[in-house]
Amino acid sequence: MSITPLPPGWWKTPMHTEEKWWISIAVVWCVLITIAMPAWHFVGKQNSSQEYYTIRVEDFNTLAENFMEQYKIGTETAGDYEWDVVAPPPGSDIFLRSMQWKWDPILKLKKDETYRLHLSSIDVLHGFSVHPLNLNFEAVPGWDYVLTITPTSSGEFRIICNEFCGAEHHGMIGKIIVE
Amino acid sequence: MSDFRTCSITGLKVHRPAENLIKINAVTAIVFLLVGGILGLLMVLTRWQAVHILPPELFYRLLTLHGIAMLVAWIIFFEMAALYLTSAVILNSRLAAPWVGWLQYILMLVGGGIVTVIILMGGADVMFTSYVPLQAHPLYYLGVILFAVGAILGCVVFFATVMVAKTEGTYKGSLPLVTFGAACAAIIAIITLSHGAIVFIPTLLWSMGLIPPMDAEVYRLIFWGFGHSSQQINVCTMVAIWYLLGTLTVGSSPLNEKVCRSAFVLYVIFICIASEHHILVDPGFSAAHKSWNTSYFMHLAVLASMIHAFSVPAATEVALRKKGYTRGTFEWLKKAPWGNPGWSSLFLSLVGFGFLGGITGVIYGTEQLNILSHNSLRIPGHFHATVVAGTTLAFMGATYYVLPLIFQREVAFPGLAKIQPYLFGVPIMVFSTFMMVAGGFGISRRSADMYGSGGFTVDYGPMAEISLSIMGLSGVVACLGGAAFCIIAVATLLIGKKIEAK
Repeated sequence: MSITPLPPGWWKTPMHTEEKWWISIAVVWCVLITIAMPAWHFVGKQNSSQEYYTIRVEDFNTLAENFMEQYKIGTETAGDYEWDVVAPPPGSDIFLRSMQWKWDPILKLKKDETYRLHLSSIDVLHGFSVHPLNLNFEAVPGWDYVLTITPTSSGEFRIICNEFCGAEHHGMIGKIIVE
Repeated sequence: MSDFRTCSITGLKVHRPAENLIKINAVTAIVFLLVGGILGLLMVLTRWQAVHILPPELFYRLLTLHGIAMLVAWIIFFEMAALYLTSAVILNSRLAAPWVGWLQYILMLVGGGIVTVIILMGGADVMFTSYVPLQAHPLYYLGVILFAVGAILGCVVFFATVMVAKTEGTYKGSLPLVTFGAACAAIIAIITLSHGAIVFIPTLLWSMGLIPPMDAEVYRLIFWGFGHSSQQINVCTMVAIWYLLGTLTVGSSPLNEKVCRSAFVLYVIFICIASEHHILVDPGFSAAHKSWNTSYFMHLAVLASMIHAFSVPAATEVALRKKGYTRGTFEWLKKAPWGNPGWSSLFLSLVGFGFLGGITGVIYGTEQLNILSHNSLRIPGHFHATVVAGTTLAFMGATYYVLPLIFQREVAFPGLAKIQPYLFGVPIMVFSTFMMVAGGFGISRRSADMYGSGGFTVDYGPMAEISLSIMGLSGVVACLGGAAFCIIAVATLLIGKKIEAK
């Protein structure tokens, strides 16, 4: 009984055959999934980035603003929000600044070109979620998270904030255009 | 009046101070379950996009409270009751230092009370995770710290009681399995609550303006040493209660004590480290670091769950076969006491935790797959399967035995009690499943309106709405099942027939 103390010698009770089999299968399964995860890191091509730097919030803000000024091609509004539309050259370093409650700027990228996306926040934590691909990364103040991205399909993508960031969190939706 | 009474059903000696502490902790737990459940109903009626009743501000405020009331207050108060039950009562011993037990209760109640009030006053719309630099009122952090200190004291009383029982010789041989499992839960609790203290004390000082803010990523790392590992206290306690329910409902004995106990030890060693899966898509940690901690370590803890997943049902099968249900492969399962809420809770909790919660946990905790699930509705779908369908249901099942054994009252409305585990367990599994399905469409968790607020909108397609509707409907039915539990528990305490002590 599981509620009664055990007499001495219980450690030496042999296992049932079925139990031995089950545990063996479980161990093999655990070993397999343990190998699969690091292996897939090399075989699959979809890992979270390993490139990141600490950065002062003010510095990231300056970098992002310079970037937006340099490549700005227009503006877009929706509701009370207004964004710069920015078309950076392929292969360049591009910046996505998150803040309460906005993703800046609207990025206009080219299909099949590679960019180095610098992701960070200038206030609280935000969550970077690309819709409809459902790819999710964390935007953390004080950390410059560099994601090397190559858009493989064209169209309009939404960036949904999925880390709670305050009263208007649900309204924090940005856009990436790929053509 | 002596300090002990003898239980007329089990023959165990029950120490009255322990009994009082079990009662008060269990009752407080159920009050928080009721509060959290009402909030849960409001949450589900808001995320069910076609209904969508709460305005954003209120949604975020009450969601914060829903998390605290359920994940922290209901579960940890109940665990305190479980710790006193598995130490003093099961070991036939007196409770060591009951005044420390009362201090535990008062600290947790005051802490929980402060947190509840400050959230309702709008001072802490920060969610259960309260990630810095999103700031809450200092009293919020203070409340959490008081609560955690109280819970640590409860663990101290537990270990002291085990010591007392050993030195006073109230039991012979090795600890019973249920007490052993509870001891593992208490060890995990001390580790995880210390993480809570490490992370919340500087956060409190920061919110008072005394020190600069902590790095947001450091906070996330240490917080999850508290936030997720504290869920492993639940896992451990729940498994201990599975064994307890197996024994109480069909008289089962663990197949092999060595195996069961080793599995518990695996939990203690590995499960705390595994909480790093929360930072799989974060900057600041290398892929090697992330996958080492979340694959190798996590899978050893998963192995422990796999062992229990065999051991618990196999033990009940053996017990039922001994009763003569030996025809065919499944006669024992057919003849199991399905009308006993303790048994049906055990069975549904095993299925919900294992198949829905555990498996999805392993999937979402994989480095690459986490990119597809992080912070989407897949995550709350996963933990409603583990913590609600698993832990909460197991605790409900245990309550059906605590009521007669500790409160000495017959369970009220036995007809309702018979169906309550089904009324709660089945819809909560459907709810969790469709929450995960909705997450697959990229719908974010913790969002007051998935379509935004006047800026850009998002098109999730009609299937997403349908998933949310199924989630909503089953969530409402599950709330009814939860309400039935609260009604039965309260009615038993107020009008349940007294069982006369010998």
